[in-house]
Order: sequence, then structure tokens, then C-alpha cells
Amino acid sequence: MIAEAGLAALWIAAALALAQLAMGALGLRARPVLAAAVAPVAITQAATVTMAFACLVAVFARSDMTVLLVASNSHSAKPMLYKIAGAWGNHEGSMLLWVTILALAGASIAAFERRLPADTRMATLAAQAAIALGFYAFLLFASNPFARIAGVIEGQGLNPLLQDPGLAFHPPTLYAGYVGMSAAFSFAVGALVTGKVGPEFARAMRPWVLAAWIFLTIGITAGSYWAYYTLGWGGWWFWDPVENASLMPWLAATALLHSVTVLATRNGLRAWTIMLSVLAFSMSMVGTFLVRSGILTSVHAFAVDPERGIFILALLALYIGGALALFGWRIGSVTEGSRFDMVSREAALVVNNLLLTVILVIVLAGTLYPLLLEATSGDKISVGAPYFNSVAGPLALAMLVLMAAGPLLRWRRDEPKALLDRVAPAVLAGALALLAVAVFAGRIAPLPMLGLVVAGGLAIASLAPLGKRRLDRVPLFTWGMVLAHLGCAVSLAGMACDSAFTVQNMAAMNPGETRVVGPWTVRLGAVRERPGPNYQAMEAVLVARRGDGAPIELLPQLRQFTDPPMQTNHAAIHTAWNGQLYLVLGEQAGDGRWLVRLWWKPFVVLIWVGGALIAIGGGLSLIGRARRDLAARGGLRKEPAA
Amino acid sequence: MKRGLIVWLPLALGLALMAGLYLGLRKPEGHVIASRLVGQTLPEFTTRPVLPGQPPSASADFRDGRPRLLNIFASWCVPCRDEAEMLVRLKAQGVEIDGIAVHDDVDALTTFVAANGNPYRHLGIDEAGRAQMAFGSSGVPETFVIDGRGRILYQHIGAVTEDDGRKLIAMLEHAR
Amino acid sequence: MIAPLVFAAALAAAPAAAIPADPPDYAQVALADPAKEAQAAALMDTIRCVVCQGQPISGSNADLAADMRRMVRERIARGDSPEQVRAWLVGRYGDWISFSPRMRTATAPLWLVPLGALAGGLALVARRLRRRSTR
Repeated sequence: MIAEAGLAALWIAAALALAQLAMGALGLRARPVLAAAVAPVAITQAATVTMAFACLVAVFARSDMTVLLVASNSHSAKPMLYKIAGAWGNHEGSMLLWVTILALAGASIAAFERRLPADTRMATLAAQAAIALGFYAFLLFASNPFARIAGVIEGQGLNPLLQDPGLAFHPPTLYAGYVGMSAAFSFAVGALVTGKVGPEFARAMRPWVLAAWIFLTIGITAGSYWAYYTLGWGGWWFWDPVENASLMPWLAATALLHSVTVLATRNGLRAWTIMLSVLAFSMSMVGTFLVRSGILTSVHAFAVDPERGIFILALLALYIGGALALFGWRIGSVTEGSRFDMVSREAALVVNNLLLTVILVIVLAGTLYPLLLEATSGDKISVGAPYFNSVAGPLALAMLVLMAAGPLLRWRRDEPKALLDRVAPAVLAGALALLAVAVFAGRIAPLPMLGLVVAGGLAIASLAPLGKRRLDRVPLFTWGMVLAHLGCAVSLAGMACDSAFTVQNMAAMNPGETRVVGPWTVRLGAVRERPGPNYQAMEAVLVARRGDGAPIELLPQLRQFTDPPMQTNHAAIHTAWNGQLYLVLGEQAGDGRWLVRLWWKPFVVLIWVGGALIAIGGGLSLIGRARRDLAARGGLRKEPAA
Repeated sequence: MKRGLIVWLPLALGLALMAGLYLGLRKPEGHVIASRLVGQTLPEFTTRPVLPGQPPSASADFRDGRPRLLNIFASWCVPCRDEAEMLVRLKAQGVEIDGIAVHDDVDALTTFVAANGNPYRHLGIDEAGRAQMAFGSSGVPETFVIDGRGRILYQHIGAVTEDDGRKLIAMLEHAR
Repeated sequence: MIAPLVFAAALAAAPAAAIPADPPDYAQVALADPAKEAQAAALMDTIRCVVCQGQPISGSNADLAADMRRMVRERIARGDSPEQVRAWLVGRYGDWISFSPRMRTATAPLWLVPLGALAGGLALVARRLRRRSTR
């Protein structure tokens, strides 16, 4: 019954989306009754599809094996958390989650957005409904999550790599970011329809972009840490197409976040901001397409069904093509914004946008070109870390250098000499970093070396906007910017340290033997059996000591799952103040010795600490803007009374 | 001010991207990594003997003027079990097949040939995947057609079906 | 060149207790020489595992990836350069096996497209700035 109720709810939600689209479109032609109904319909639509999603979670929680999706992706012996997470650990369920978040984003616009002109807001909600409608159709006609089957007693289980508490919440976070970008997209479409692009529009759009961007940042950071500790090989970013699919919207959203600020503050970059809004969500959809269409093979991609791929591609062509056509047709009515000087904060932000966009193009080209080349000529190539690091790396460093200077520039026009004075401390910090690297680290590769220097300079420069100000007077959104930029420096330092200073040792060990990795001595105590809830594990007792320090016991496991059959390496990680000791138990060699992989990764944690700082900075900024908006709204409301 | 045609550039690029994705979708990324050695002389390799009285496969035996098949398989591989019957039938029709077993051991192989038949003229275990890598083979089962001068004519990836068997025989005939 | 050989011979002649009974399995165990291990590790990070598709052989549990790691370490230990080993693998499995695309006509767009984007973007920015100076 629950499954049928879910399917019914999905149909109703689709009908409501159709109604929302029609009312929004007609309401634009001055039909006030219809116009007034758009927002309530948007909220009802979100409530209905949320119910459908709740039904899916319920059939997974009850292990209802008569539902095809449950039977093929779950198992009754799984812990409850993974039963529930199983609801979105598959193609149909994740698409339902996708469209649920889309509807929720639309509902929040309907409920909370008060600053947009009424017609732009209506067009925005109509655009949101149009997107939802296509994906409802996709679910109902090509990916029904509630289909039943007869007579299955036990399910096939969930990929063990995905059975991890962090990963249970990873897709919802990432999707909130992906799909949250739909708000910016719909805002842009709405503004193109009505032609009202200006600071008001930018201020209205900014919180939505910021919120989605925070989720994307958290999703990417957490996903990277997940790959780091579950795959068991010490890597944290693989330039895998699925990772790239999440990076591309983030790059576009980061650019958008900055251009929208120019539009809000200086009324500049109007057309470009609209373009980026379309681009950011387009990249989200391209990412969804890459993961869900079966076009690529990846550790993370599961669904392989060309029919579905064509369906999603048709939706992509409709929405992206439609928005870009609207852009070409209507952008002429958007007048050019105000101007600025070559040395100004606007100019720095423009170049930042340019570099972010080129990096996006690199990621896009590196991800898609191999597919295109193989499809057209049969020539199979691989594009991986060596390409991305060497091509995008220098541009990213250039962008980070610019990022150090940007916040120290004045809007509209600035004096180069004054700027030099302001960046002097940062240049000094960079020089000190260079000196420190030369003295303590000796010879390291050029890219990590530059990374450390830029990180040092950027860290100081990002704090500079706080200088000579009373800290309690600094607005919250300035703190947000400072923290986010500092996070970039911290993350960059972590990446550079990991790439320059990581030590690894791969060894075959008998119990009682010791191996050295970096400053650590690691002794294998014993290897014992350890049954888990739905797997069997071999667990190594490894005792690590640094110099004469206290011994630390670490217990990496080699886990054998049966449903589906798969082996995973569960790493044991010890975090010290200056790095992580990362130990992995491999298989038993023919001669009875155990294969152990040991890594000492100095300051690697900074990568994710930086990511967290960036997200927290975004959060502070969002709270700061929201508080100021609320205060302004309160002020407006008081005015007539006074 | 006039922005001209440039406002349509994003649409053009977007549509080009969609077209590219469509091409990629119509011909999804293949899982099959073909060997680059087809058309070249077979690489040097040796194997470790398995059954008493059956010599191990080695590259040195291939330049004797007689074309034959080289089958890379493993006792633990399910499709290999499926194709074994077909290989036995090919042998009955006079086809010579040398076998290379990867990641395998003598006991498992002895059981395997006892259960599924032994179509092999020579049979050996590939130590540490060296022969497999030398052939540019990326999985099991794979079957190479090798002519009398030791040149690789063809690589068949996956289990040999009845149709494949006929095709392989035709190639061997042609190479004679 | 001769000194390490003599040293190795001396090691081999040392009491059996001083050296492991079996030679190490280089699929899972690092080379003793840190410089060579670093070369091998860097190479293995850029060789794509043919079985698991998305991962480098340095990060895969597949048997064939282990075979390739062993082969890479043995060849590097023997004195091959990383690029020689890469070329050997490309000669057998094609360009697909290397995560580091070679520059040739078919792969040129990987560099030309970003370059075009950068040039186009700079041109757009420059046009705006130039217009400003004539205001």
C-alpha cells in the first residue's frame, strides 16, 4: 500500500507542477486570481512530493521486498541507517530525492522570497515548475521507484563502499547544492522574461546562491574525505568524472557568488551574472546526466540504461537550450551596468570570474572530451590527474594570488601604489613561506612549492580586511568572506603538504615485526577475526609510536561482505597535530605475512579543515546578509507608521 | 549599445555540448580494452607447467608454420567454464589451442580440466600475470589467433560461442 | 654502477636471518631504494587500472592492477625510466592506460579549448576596459 500511495503522490505532485507552470505563465498576462494561487500551489507540490519520498524511505525501512527497487538495492540484514540510506543509494531513489529537493527549493522561494518584483517572482516559480515537470515525467515514465515484483524473499544488498555513516548523508547534501542552484537558474529565467536585472534582483538572488553553494562545498569536502578513508589508498581526489561532475557546478557557483556581489553592490556585470546563473544549474544538470545516464564508467556510477540517458539529455536540451535561447533573445533588454576602472575590486572580480570559468572549461573538456573522441573516432584516451594538475593547477594558483589582492581593492577605482602598500604584508608572508620551505623541506616539486608560498601570502592577505578595524564592528558577511578566503589558503596548504611531504611504506609483515613510516615506528601485534553486523573482518592490531611517545593502538580492518560479495579496506587513521598516520590492512600473502600499507601524511587534514572553513564562511555570510535584510525589511515596514 | 551576435554564442556552445553528449550516449564508453599487439609478432613469454606430461605454453613454440589459438583463461572465471565445452569441440575439429591460466594454481586447474575437459595442446600457469600483460590482455577469457610465423592476427574478448568458434576456424584456415 | 651490485652480493652472502626468506612481492611492497620507489609510485598513480576503469593501479585491489604494480617496480628497479615503462604499457593497451594524455592531433582540443576560452574571455574583458578609457 505504501508504495502505491507514494506513486499516487508522485502523480499528484506532477499535476500540481503542471498547474503551477500554467498559472505562472497565465498570471504574467495579468490574471491576478491565478497569480495569487502560484505560491500556495508551489508549496503544496513540495509537500506532496516530500510525501512520495517519505513513502520510499518507508518501504526501504520495512524491507518490503515486493518493491523492485528495495529487492535490488537492499537487504533485510542491513543496519537500519543503511536501509534508509539505501532509498537514495540507487538511480530511481536518487532521482526522486533530486526532484524533491527541487520542489522544496521552489516552495521556499514561494514562502520566503519577498524582494523580487511580483512578476519576476511568478516567472521564477513558473520556471521552477517547468524543470520539476520534466523530472517528474522522467520518474513516472522511465524510472518508477515504486514498481512491484512478485516473490522475492531476500534483497541483493547495497554496495559496501556506500555503507558508511558519512556517505548516507552525502548524496542529500550534494543534491541540496546541485538542485539548490535551480533557484538561481529560475531567478535568471524570471528576470530575463521581465527584463528587471539590477541590484535588487542580485540581493534577492544572493542568499539562494549562497545556500546552494554552502551545500555544494560541504558535499564536495565530505565526499573527498569519504574517498580518502573508505577507498583505503590514501588518495583524496581522483579527478574521477563523478567527482568532476560535482566540482563543475561549484566552480560556476563560486564565480556567480562573486559576480552577484558586483551586481548587488555596484550594479555591474548584469548580463554576465545572468549567464552564470544559467551556467551553474546547467552544470548541475550535466553532472546529473553524467552520473545517471550510464554514459561513463566510474567507481560511483551505477545506472546503465541508454533509454534513460536519452530522456535526461532531452530534458537538458530543453532547459539549458531554452534558457540560453531566452538569454540570446532577451539580454538586449538588459542594459549594461555601471563601469569601473582597471585597478578596482570589480576588475579583480571579473578576472577571478574569468579564471574560474576557464578552470570550469578545463574540467569540462577533460571529463567529456574522452567520451566524445571515443564516440566519434573510436580512439580511447584517459584524462586524469596529470592533465588536470598541470593545466588547471597554474590557473588556480594565479586565481588564488588575485584572491589575495581582491578584497584589499576599493570598488570602482583604486591607486596601484596604495594597493602595493596594502598587499605588502601578504607578500612578506609569502616570502617567509618560501624561506621556511627552503630551510625545512629542501627540494620539493615546483607546483607544491608555489602552493605553499601562495598559501602563506593568501592566509595573511585574507585576514587583512580585518586590520585597523574594531573587530566587533566588522559585519558578519565580511567575517564570512575572510573565513572563506582563509579556508582556501588552509586547504591549499594541505594539498601542497600532502603532495610534497607524504611518506608511504608498503610492507609484508609477520606479527611482531615493525616498519618505519616518516617519524613513526609501527609494530604489527596480531591479526584477528572480527565479525561485523553484515560482514566478516580481519582486524590487525598495529601499535604506532613516535620516538619515545606513548604507543597508540590502531585497528585497520579488511572487510568481506557477502551481499553483494565485495572486499573493502577499512583504514585506521591517527590524527596528530601535524598530520595523519593512515594504516591499511591488505590481504595475506602466500607466505603467511600480512600486507600492510602505511602512510604518514603531514598536515593533510588542512585540506578538509579549509573546506569546512569555506563552508562556515559561507554560513556566516548568509546569516549576516539575512540579518541585514530582515532589519531593512523591518525598517521599511515601520516607515509608513512613522 | 549593441552586443551583436555574441549573445547567441552561449546557445551555440550549449547546443554543441548537447550534441556531443548525444554522440557519447549513442556510443557509450566501451569497457573493452583491445590489445595493441594485433598485427604484430607475439611477445616473448613462458609459463609454469600444470599437468604431468603436458608441456607449458611458451612463445618459442609458435613459429612452427602451424597457426593456432592462444586461450587466456582461469579456473575461477565463470565464462571460462562456459566456453570450455566449445573449446573442446574446436579441438575435436583439429584446432590447436595453447592455454595460459592467470592467477591460478595447479590443484584448481587439475579440477577444472577434469570437470570441463582439456582442450589444450600446451597448458601453463602465467606467473604474476606477466604473459597476460605482455599480450595487452585485460581480462579472462580472451583468445588470440596466431599464424604460423608467430604473428597475432586477431583478439577475441570474452567467451567463445559457437558463432565465434566458426569465425576462429575460418581465420585459422585462412592463415594456413 | 658496480658498487651497488657488490653491495647486493654482499647482502646475499650475509646470514639468512638478515634477509627475508622470500623476495618481497613488489605488487604490495615498496622498493628498498626510496628514490626509485618514488619514481615507481608517481608512475603508478598515472596508470589506469584496466579492470576497475576509474582508478589508478596504485589505488586498486584488482589482481591485474597488482600485477602491473609488480611489473612497474621491477622494471624501475632494473633501471628503466618511468616513461619507458609507460611506453611499454601504452604499446600493449593503448593510450587508454595512461592518465597522462599525449599531445597529438586528436588530443589537441584538450589544450586548445581552454586556451580559446582564456583568449576569448581576455578579449571580452579587454574590450570593455578599452572602451572605458575613451569615455
